[in-house]
Amino acid sequence: MYAQMVKSEATNEDPEKLAAFQARIDAGEKIEPKEWMPEGYRKTLIRQIGQHAHSEIVGQLPEGNWITRAPTLERMAILLAKVQDEAGHGLYLYCAAETLGVSRDELTEALLSGKMKYSSIFNYPTLNWADIGAVGWLVDGAAIMNQVPLQRTSFGPYSRAMIRICKEESFHQRQGYDIMMKMAQGTPEQKAMAQDALNRFWYPSLMMFGPSDKDSVHSAQSMAWKIKINTNDELRQKFVDQTVPQAEYLGLTIPDPELRWNEEKGGYDFSEPDWSEFFEVIKGNGPCNAERMEARQKAWDDGAWFREGLMAHARKRAAAKVAAE
Amino acid sequence: METVVDLDAMLFEGLCRMGDTTLVLGHRVSEWCGHAPVLEEDIALANMALDLIGQTQLWLGLAGEVEGKGRDADMLAFRRDAWEFRNLLLVERPNGDFGQTLMRQFLFDAWHQPMLKALEGSNDPRIAEIAAKAGREVAYHLERSADLVIRLGDGTAESHKRMQTALDRLWPYTGEMMTSDATDRALSEAGVMAAPDTIRPQWEAVVGEVLGEATLKAPEGAYMHKGGKQGTHSEHLGHMLATMQWLQRAYPDAKW
Repeated sequence: MYAQMVKSEATNEDPEKLAAFQARIDAGEKIEPKEWMPEGYRKTLIRQIGQHAHSEIVGQLPEGNWITRAPTLERMAILLAKVQDEAGHGLYLYCAAETLGVSRDELTEALLSGKMKYSSIFNYPTLNWADIGAVGWLVDGAAIMNQVPLQRTSFGPYSRAMIRICKEESFHQRQGYDIMMKMAQGTPEQKAMAQDALNRFWYPSLMMFGPSDKDSVHSAQSMAWKIKINTNDELRQKFVDQTVPQAEYLGLTIPDPELRWNEEKGGYDFSEPDWSEFFEVIKGNGPCNAERMEARQKAWDDGAWFREGLMAHARKRAAAKVAAE
Repeated sequence: METVVDLDAMLFEGLCRMGDTTLVLGHRVSEWCGHAPVLEEDIALANMALDLIGQTQLWLGLAGEVEGKGRDADMLAFRRDAWEFRNLLLVERPNGDFGQTLMRQFLFDAWHQPMLKALEGSNDPRIAEIAAKAGREVAYHLERSADLVIRLGDGTAESHKRMQTALDRLWPYTGEMMTSDATDRALSEAGVMAAPDTIRPQWEAVVGEVLGEATLKAPEGAYMHKGGKQGTHSEHLGHMLATMQWLQRAYPDAKW
């Protein structure tokens, strides 16, 4: 789940058409690209799918930071495969967004100009090898919480992309946990790295679900359209309940002195992350925002000659074919 | 008996030449992760790096087995110093721009593919098996890199210029791939590994055809660097190893 605080668009269309559309969604039908849909539905989806796609792309960077330093050939291969999967997820998602009438280049330009966002989590640095474990375990774990229900989302191409993505994400999460196990059971230095990674990634992972949205109008509309399936708080609670026993099994401490089991609600009570930090990160003031955007801008600018070269060659081929005919 | 022992030492050397070459190139390619000019290239590069690292595990795994001193592929990859590396100089060249990365890949793939084909005929079934598996992956690498070299060579004036510059810079590192030394000759005579000089006609045919279509021109009479296969490298390799081996060296008792 790499979409946070996606605003849903207001829709002013024929109430009869809107009611028929809502009835289809309520009946569990999938909406396909060529079918009628409210403008607000289309725009909200572009924003949400685009943000998710951008997150997959920017998300290559913190993990790529460790590919060249992976400690064994196997770990390097696993990490390469994971980052390759993420680029692939970006590709499916851009394709899903294209069916809504927005090109990949347009979305890329919106990312680079700062008009579109990516998940706040990728603005945090990966500082030791255990961070690669923590990213798989916590970040992919949090993503899965949101993406599993989105397999049932109302927009057909998005739902189908999610089904594929979820299969790979659960594999990534297991790999991440496997790194954490090795680190937590390793030398004192390795244990320290694992705890340090958990300390730094815990609250940013909780932020991935976005601030509480129980009273949000946008969320209510998105939920009615089945673009959003659960509230942010529901998913955050579920994530904490799943993750705490995993941390205990690893022998690591969740950095929250207020964390305790609440028998009555059948879940953990836990501290909220610092939401002022979250809003700063969203505004561009996170520890790595500047580097992440610079890296993407540089890749785009440096790649211009490559993309133009390929286009020019394709035009020459097409012209030669016409001339031959 | 004496000759058998010598042959094993030479085989270790020959396998390290293959495994170190795929390791160093795989590592170089992986440096692109997240920085490629289009998403499809990010995917293709990661995929290629993954193939090369997988091949490294096989070649260096077998090298360790042949050596018989209890070193596995990871020990060989992460605990040897630069002078013990046997990779070709071409693959340790820095990535440069995407054109240089691509040209390096093509010049290498055009050698790698026929070399693996020849190794499939090894009388050592372990080598033949690795070569057959790797060959299936590398056939795709060559198809891709040749296609892109053609499209960019015969693209815009700028893409042509960049590809020609890349070719001029990298060409002096191609000779080493097809030069046989005493180790290569001994392994070839024993029927276990192919002599690199026998690959030249196939390499020249593919490279000539692709460069022609790409409207690129190979430098004539260029000086050819050598030494990588014997352990004399450029300054670049040491920096790569400093990055790659850091965790293993800093925490030698750790299991990862």
